[in-house]
Amino acid sequence: MKKILIVGGGTGGTIMANRLRKALEREEWEITVVDRYKTHYYQPGFLFIPFGIYTKHDVMKPKGDFYPAGVNILFSNIKVIKPEQNKVVLEGGSVLNYDFLIIATGTQTKPEETPGLKENLWHKEIFDFYTLEGAISLSHFFKRWEGGRLVMNIAEIPYKCPVAPLEFVFLADAFFHEQGIRDKVDISYVTPLPGAFTKPRATQMLSGLLEEKNIHVIPEFYLESVDNEKKVIKSYDGNEIPFDVLTIVPVNMGSDLIERSGMGDDLNFVPTNKYTLQSEKYENIFVLGDAANLPTSKAGSVVHFASEVLFENLIGMIEGRPMLAKFDGHANCYIETGFGKGSLIDFNYDTEPLPGTYPLPGIGPFGLLQNTKLNHYGKVIFRWLYWHVLLKGKEMPVESEMSMAGKKL
Amino acid sequence: METKTIAGIAIQVNDEGYMMDASQWTPEVAAELAKEEGIELTDKHIEVLNFIRDEFMKGNTLTIRKVGKSGIVDIKGFYQLFPGGPLKKASKIAGISKPSSCV
Repeated sequence: MKKILIVGGGTGGTIMANRLRKALEREEWEITVVDRYKTHYYQPGFLFIPFGIYTKHDVMKPKGDFYPAGVNILFSNIKVIKPEQNKVVLEGGSVLNYDFLIIATGTQTKPEETPGLKENLWHKEIFDFYTLEGAISLSHFFKRWEGGRLVMNIAEIPYKCPVAPLEFVFLADAFFHEQGIRDKVDISYVTPLPGAFTKPRATQMLSGLLEEKNIHVIPEFYLESVDNEKKVIKSYDGNEIPFDVLTIVPVNMGSDLIERSGMGDDLNFVPTNKYTLQSEKYENIFVLGDAANLPTSKAGSVVHFASEVLFENLIGMIEGRPMLAKFDGHANCYIETGFGKGSLIDFNYDTEPLPGTYPLPGIGPFGLLQNTKLNHYGKVIFRWLYWHVLLKGKEMPVESEMSMAGKKL
Repeated sequence: METKTIAGIAIQVNDEGYMMDASQWTPEVAAELAKEEGIELTDKHIEVLNFIRDEFMKGNTLTIRKVGKSGIVDIKGFYQLFPGGPLKKASKIAGISKPSSCV
């Protein structure tokens, strides 16, 4: 019996378990998934919790609902991966052997990496919305807040879902309008990047929207520490920005397991071939999604597109064929812009987000780099697709490889 | 793109002044590029530049955090050596392409 072991049973691990179980004979291949936690979170939904649009019940389901029959599921911590010996040691000492390993351990927020961030104001006047607890405590805070300086800061790049903090400030603008206190709220978007986004066309479009909504962008701010007494954030080059409420994207790092196993870079992301998705160091290890050090977004759409390439290449390897599928870094992100509208960007390693229509050239129905009501509905509908189609590894109505059709240069 | 004569060598640079061919770099070129940025190079600067070039040649992505963990300078020290945008300035002086941040 040959063995495929999937470490991490989130979005990527679940998709792979579903695809592989369908493709491989049960008598020949044993598939095992190991994960620490039993709950699957629909993470794109966290963003809506602070504004009372979603509750925690909208974003949680048991992981077990999404794994196929015929796959072993182990809920356990992992002590260490021993890639030289093709072994994974669980907490408690039992050992799992594998022929192929898929690492899908994701990325996590690490507020403790920034001095002063996780101290007495944490979840009182300083919040993250990348954890359920952070998003919920922020929703309580916003219910009784009467206004002041709201600072949205990104501590480090890369971070999960690069458009989320932009969506957050757009939704905050709309929320405070509806509360009737927008004139009492000063919103700043403080980023280590040189502008609202990395690429010129998207930055131009998004900067326009931010200006229209009276949200101030403070670029090139690299967070050193937070002063809880003075309520300021400090940058390495000595700038200070005062806040009444700070919402933060903390430093993102790969799993501690990767560090313990000596398999990561300086942020615990696994060095991965950006085209084949094979580990740079070990032939029988593949890396999917946020856990990899790929130069593209850390986002669910990337995981989904990459899973098709990983599947092709792993099956190729099993059958002794060369790995022909090449990942292009494709990412596709809805951007909520508030007041029932949204935008959409579609890009890859080489092509920046461009205006146009998606997925059908000239038809859409979604508008790339445009601010439309339909894009917002796309995001709303996506939650259903995520639970019922995407996680199950079924065909989504979009291509995994990015297409230039429908884009305007 | 234009060609500039830096420390006696004809060097192609892009619109933002980053060298197109990292192999043309010499410490003398670095000194002149640094002067354009208002920086007088010390041994510490050179150590950082060498680290950045090594990482770049290995195909690794550079971040301010990575330089801060290099054992040569911490992040604060990196800002002091190359005030303003340390990674962008250091990359320019090190003769490598502009660091791209992918999000």
